Amino acid sequence: MSASAPPRTFFEQPLLKTPFHERSRAFSQLDSFVPWAGYTTVDVFSSVEQEYFAIRNSATLYDLTPMVKYRISGPDALRYLNRLVTRDVAKIRPGRVGYCVWCNDAGHLIDDGTIFCLAAGEYRLCTAERQLDWLLDSAIGFDVQLEEVTEQIAALALQGPTSCAVLRRRGLSGVEKLRPFEIGQFQAGPQALMVSRTGFTGDLGYELWMDPASAESQWDALMAAGGTRGVRPIGSRALNIARIEAGFLLPNVDFVSAEHTLRTGRDRSPLELGLAWLVDFGKGHFTGRRSLWKEQQRGVARQLVGLDIEGNKPAHHALLYAERAGDHEVGSVLSATWSPTCKRNIALAMVAAPHFRIGSTMWADIYLNRELVWERRMARALVVERPFFSPERRRATPPADF
Amino acid sequence: MTAAAQGPGYEVVVIGAGHNGLVCAAYLARAGRKVLVLEAAPTVGGAAVTQEFSPGFRVSSCAHLLHLMPEFLCSELALDKHGLEFAANALPTVALSTEREPLVLDAAAHEGLLEPDGSAYAGYRARMAEFAAALQPLFERAPPRLGTGAYADWAGLLRFGWQIRRLGRPRMRELLRIGAMNVYDLLQEHFSDPGLQGALAFDAVLGTNFGPRSPGTVLTLLCRLAAQGAAGVGGLRLPRGGLGALSAALAGAATAAGAEIRTAAAVARILVKDDRAYGVQLRSGEQIRADAVVSNADPKSSLLGLLGAEHLDTGFVRRVHHLRTHGLTAKLHLALRGPPRFSTVPGALQGGRLLVAPSLHYLERCFNSTKYGEYSAAPAMEIIVPTLHDPALAPRGAHVLSAIVQYLPYQLRGGWDAGRQPCVDVLIAALEVHAPGITGLVQAAELLTPLDIEQRFHIQGGHWHHGELAFDQFYMVRPVPGATQYSTPLAGLYLCGAGSHPGGGVMGYAGRNAARRILALRAAA
Repeated sequence: MSASAPPRTFFEQPLLKTPFHERSRAFSQLDSFVPWAGYTTVDVFSSVEQEYFAIRNSATLYDLTPMVKYRISGPDALRYLNRLVTRDVAKIRPGRVGYCVWCNDAGHLIDDGTIFCLAAGEYRLCTAERQLDWLLDSAIGFDVQLEEVTEQIAALALQGPTSCAVLRRRGLSGVEKLRPFEIGQFQAGPQALMVSRTGFTGDLGYELWMDPASAESQWDALMAAGGTRGVRPIGSRALNIARIEAGFLLPNVDFVSAEHTLRTGRDRSPLELGLAWLVDFGKGHFTGRRSLWKEQQRGVARQLVGLDIEGNKPAHHALLYAERAGDHEVGSVLSATWSPTCKRNIALAMVAAPHFRIGSTMWADIYLNRELVWERRMARALVVERPFFSPERRRATPPADF
Repeated sequence: MTAAAQGPGYEVVVIGAGHNGLVCAAYLARAGRKVLVLEAAPTVGGAAVTQEFSPGFRVSSCAHLLHLMPEFLCSELALDKHGLEFAANALPTVALSTEREPLVLDAAAHEGLLEPDGSAYAGYRARMAEFAAALQPLFERAPPRLGTGAYADWAGLLRFGWQIRRLGRPRMRELLRIGAMNVYDLLQEHFSDPGLQGALAFDAVLGTNFGPRSPGTVLTLLCRLAAQGAAGVGGLRLPRGGLGALSAALAGAATAAGAEIRTAAAVARILVKDDRAYGVQLRSGEQIRADAVVSNADPKSSLLGLLGAEHLDTGFVRRVHHLRTHGLTAKLHLALRGPPRFSTVPGALQGGRLLVAPSLHYLERCFNSTKYGEYSAAPAMEIIVPTLHDPALAPRGAHVLSAIVQYLPYQLRGGWDAGRQPCVDVLIAALEVHAPGITGLVQAAELLTPLDIEQRFHIQGGHWHHGELAFDQFYMVRPVPGATQYSTPLAGLYLCGAGSHPGGGVMGYAGRNAARRILALRAAA
C-alpha cells in the first residue's frame, strides 16, 4: 500500500450513509438509527406517535434510498420478468408500477418488490433485499442486461393527505393528475424528478426518485414547500404502524425469504401469504408455477389473515388458539399494533386451515409486561378483511386539496 | 394417446439417432408405440458412426471399440440378425513402453509382470470384478428418488443397499473404503510396477475430466468394469465396418419393430403448450406432433437449447447450467500407406488395443497441462489399427490408425485453428517413438478435438459422456436433481442420452431404461 492511500478503516463504520443522511441527522432528536440493507437509517426522529399521525394527517418524508434497485433492460426484458415474477408483467404498461413477488422452484417466496416500467423494454425492480444472484441465475437463456443502481438513485417517500398539495407548492404542476401506480417525469427546480404515485402507507402519497447529487436540495425544497401543509421526516417505526393498517407485508417479519430459511416448513408460498391475486397461472411459465399449481389444487394448509382483536393490547408474537382454554394451537401473530386511526387492535397472523376464513374466531394469548411482571390475556380475535385502513383519498384522482 | 388420434402425429418423437436414441426407439416400438426418430446428420448413429476422413479411408469417429453394451440388450434387439458382425473379439490390451517389453493384459492372463505384482494382479482383478458385479444391477433400472416416500423408490434404495451388503462384511467395508478414493492411491496400494499402474489407471480416466489423482476415479473405473462385465465374454470387440455398423443394426432393429427414422431432419425446438411438450419443430419449419418427446441430446442442449430456460424454473436451470460438460478426450485418425509396426509389440498383438500410459505420473502430467489450456508433449493414447481386422475400411494395402487421445483441452490457449497442425505433429511424433517410420506412412490425418466433437456431434462441451461422471452427477442425481429417472420438469419431455443414468460409453442402458420408464409412466397414467 502506498503512503498516500487512505487508511482502510471502512470496516470500522460498515454502514453506508444515504445522500439524505446529514439532513436526517439534523432533524433527529433521539439519534436513533438502525441498519437497513447496509445503510444506516432513522428508526424514530422524535416521537413514533407524532410521526405516525403526520402520515395520516399531513405529509411525511421517509428516506427510501436503501431500497435495492435494479435496472433491467434488453430485448428479452419483458419475457425475463414474466418468467421471474408470478404476475403478468405485460399488463404493467410504460409509465406504470406493479407490486410483485417471485418464488423459487418450490413456489416459496424469495422476496416482494415493485416493477417500474420506465419505457417499453426498460424496467426498474425495487426490492427490500439484495437479489442479484437470483436475478442473474434467472437471466440464463435470456438476452437481458441487469445492473444494480441502488447507489445511483436517491429516493424519498412523500406520504400523507397533503402530499399532493406539497408537491404542487414545490412546483410540480400536473402531479395531481397522476393516478395510483402511475409514473410521471417532472422538473423540480433545476433538476429532473421522477415521481410515482406509490407508497408503503396505504394513504395518498408519492415516491420521488432523483440523482443523489440533488438529494439535499430536493429535501430542503420539499421541507420549505410544506408550510402550513406540514412536512415532517419520519422513521421506520411510524411507517410500520401505517403499513400494518394498510395490510402490507414486511420481509423477515411476515415471511422469511426462501433463500434464507434453514428449517424445513418455514418457507411461505404467495398463496399462503394471501397473495393469490398476484399469481397468474394463465400467462405462461414462471419459476415456481408447477409447484404453486399443485398447491392450489390441493389447497393451502395455512394462510396469512388480518385479525381484529378485542381490547387495546397489541398481540405481539401471540400464539393463537381455537378455544379460550388454549388447547389447540391454530397459528401465531406476525405483525401487531394498536391502530390509532381505526381505533382497533389489529394484527397480521398465519393461521392454519380451516380457521383462516373471514369471520372465524380464535383466541390470542397476549403477554403483557407490566412493570417487569408478566401477565397473560386471552383475547378473542376475529378474522377480518384486509386492508384495515384504505381511505378514499388513496385512490381519488385528482386528490382533494387537503 | 390423444394427439395420434387427431391425425398425422406420433406417440413418441425421439430427438437424435445416437445409439441411445435408437435403443429407446426400438424398445418403444417393440411395445407397440408409434415412434419417429429425428436425426440432424445425414446418417444415423450420432457419435457412434463410421465416417470417411480421407478418400477411401473410414474410421469410427469417437468410440472405436464395442465392449460396454450389455449382452442381453444385443440379444433382445437381435442385433446379429440386423447385420452386426464382429471383425475381432477379445482384443488384448498392450501397455507400450520404450524401456522394456510391453505388458499384455487380457481377460484371462497377464504377461511380463514381475512378482509380487503378478500375484497381486489376479487378486485385484477378482476383487474389482466382484465390486463391479455388485454395482452392475444399478445400471439396468431407473435410479430411485429421495424423499418421495414412493414404494418403488424405497425398494430401489433397499436393492442398492442389499447389493452392497451381500458382498459380505469385509468386502462391503472394502468397497465403501475405496468407493470414493482416487485410482492413484488404489493402484499404489496394490502394485509397484509403473507400467501396470498406468495401464490400469487409463481405464479409470478415459473419457473423463480427471487425472489419476482426481477424487472419484475409482468410481469411474468400477462403472466401466461393471458395464464391461455385463457385456459378456466378447471383451473388447471391433464391429465389422466400425461403430457405424452397430448404429445401422440398431436402426434396423428399431425399423423392424415399426419405428420410423428420418435423417437430415434437425430439430430446432421442442414445442410447448399448456405446460406440456406436444412435439418438435424442425429447422425447416416443419412441425411434428407427438404425445411425448424424448431427447437423446445432452442435457444442456436438450433443456437449455431445444426447450429453453423460459419453460423451466430458475433453480433447475442453474443446476443444468452448472453441469460439468467440458470434454478432454480427442480422436486422432491417420490414413497410412502401409501397416504401422510397433517395434516392441509381437506380431500377433499388433492388432490389439495399445495403450500409451506408461505410469501414473505420466497420466497426471498430461492432465495437468489441460488445466491451463495446454496439452502435454507426451500424450496418453489408446491406439488400434482396425484395418488389421477389417481391411475394408481402407484401400487395399493401406491402413487406418485410430487413437483416442486423452487430455486435449476443450479450449486451447491460442485457439484450435492455429493449434491444430502443431498438435497433430506432436501426436504423430509420440506415435513415432513406439512405431518407428509411421511418420513416413501418414497420407492424411484428422484430429477431432473436444471442440470438434461438440460441433460435429452437437454435444455441448464435447464431453463423450454428455457430462462428467462424478459423484455429484451420478446415479440418483444424474444429470441433475429434477431430471432424474429420465423425466424432466416439463410433462411429456424425457431424456434418454448419456447425460442420464448410468452415463456414457456405447452401452445403451440409458436408452433402454428411458423406454421402460416411459412405458411404465404411460401405463400408469
